[in-house]
Amino acid sequence: MMHQIKLNLKEFKCIVIGVSAGGMEALSKLLASLPADFPLSVIIVQHLHKTSTGYYLEYYNEKCSLFVKEAEQNETIKAGNIYFAPPDYHLLVEDNETLILSSDEKVNYSRPSIDILFESAADAYREKLIGIILTGANNDGDEGMRIIKQKGGFTIAQNPLEAEFPVMPQSAIDTGTIDLILTLNEIINELIKRYK
Amino acid sequence: MKTDIENIEIDLFLEAVFKCYGYDFRHYARASLKRRIKKLIKKNGYKRINDMTSDILHDRSFFLKVVYDFSITVTEMFRDPSFYRNLREKIIPYLKTYPFIKIWHAGCATGEEVYSLAILLKEEGIYNKTTIFATDFNGDALETARQGIYSLKDMQTYTTNYQKAGGKASFADYYHAKYKSAIMSNALSQNVTFANHNLVTDSIFGEMHLILCRNVLIYFNRELQNRVLSLFNESLVKKGFLALGSKESIQFSSLENDFKPIDKKNKIFQKIKQANI
Ligand SMILES: C[S@@+](CC[C@H](N)C(=O)[O-])C[C@H]1O[C@@H](n2cnc3c(N)ncnc32)[C@H](O)[C@@H]1O
Repeated sequence: MMHQIKLNLKEFKCIVIGVSAGGMEALSKLLASLPADFPLSVIIVQHLHKTSTGYYLEYYNEKCSLFVKEAEQNETIKAGNIYFAPPDYHLLVEDNETLILSSDEKVNYSRPSIDILFESAADAYREKLIGIILTGANNDGDEGMRIIKQKGGFTIAQNPLEAEFPVMPQSAIDTGTIDLILTLNEIINELIKRYK
Repeated sequence: MKTDIENIEIDLFLEAVFKCYGYDFRHYARASLKRRIKKLIKKNGYKRINDMTSDILHDRSFFLKVVYDFSITVTEMFRDPSFYRNLREKIIPYLKTYPFIKIWHAGCATGEEVYSLAILLKEEGIYNKTTIFATDFNGDALETARQGIYSLKDMQTYTTNYQKAGGKASFADYYHAKYKSAIMSNALSQNVTFANHNLVTDSIFGEMHLILCRNVLIYFNRELQNRVLSLFNESLVKKGFLALGSKESIQFSSLENDFKPIDKKNKIFQKIKQANI
């Protein structure tokens, strides 16, 4: 699957990532590979239990050279930061590149929902957005990927063959709006390491 | 381009709702507003926002339905149990020293938090000298709050929450089950006045000792948050308390220096300066 990836990270401003069951390992591998001078902001919805404490942040912070934090209400998005949706809140991007939270109903049985983050980020960043769907056991993110594509952004799904839970990336692929299907290593080597 | 037109249509919709009915959503956080408007369009079978706007202008009952759809009433009993435990341990002892107590519960939605608060006050022995004003601008939600009838299947979660919040009795004593419903005990709502109040357009409630407004400001933009926070400031007695939702804060607002944090994590603040009215 080592095809030439025609994607230049310099043309983008933000990466949104959606990940569910089995995500801890995949995500930490991906995030740990981001270099300290990474020029894009990264915003993540990971489905966690609603009573999850800040433990997961410590865990990621230990492994990453970038600053990992939980998104706060009205916070301005900065390049090179990694933001997580807080457990039990939806996370949205405003057009002026700030983050807002909401406690709206669950979407796809989830709060935070990947779709909600992706749709609002697609509106705010349009063709400067990359959406990535990793392992998971539901179909949250399908609608979000469709809209990212529709607004001119770029879409990547983790190769279901290697994903811990293939349902979520497969379901995104089935929408017919995925630009690239890559393994984690391909994402890291082809995309992230190559940007320099 | 397409999104720009969409933004214009959203502006027109909000303007129409405000001019025609006085409900002002123009300063609500935009991204979630946009999402909800799009959902409404789909649900009601419209192609464009403008088509819905024109029907709203001419049909008040449709408008009300839309407004109620619009306001997110997600809530639960003893939501964030540690908040209630700290309210009990840090604020109630202070309130006990007053001969009578006035509490404003703003944005109470369907009332679950109001009954939680009432239980807490009962267990601390100060319910009888307390008046609670529970307000929301969503008439449907208020009606549910007034009736105090909830789904029985939620009671299990609420019981756990109650225990984590430091409940002293048995939660089952506060409601009785009938078919699939849990009917809250009348004794809990005796001193509660439920009233319609819009935080954006209505005025202050005077001389409150404690104001709870949780998970409401989160829907407002910064400017509107500041406005509503001053409304609370003016409504509180000297040294009164303000409790916000777990992702909301007075920090970074224009009232930062008028309050001091009592419990940073649970977002409980105390007024330290007199408002200049
Ligand atoms: C998410 S609920 C919060 C309920 C409860 N306080 C809690 O934290 O569980 C938000 C509530 O704010 C109300 N609300 C929104 N805008 C309002 C306004 N301008 N005036 C009064 N209430 C408002 C909504 O109707 C809704 O019931």
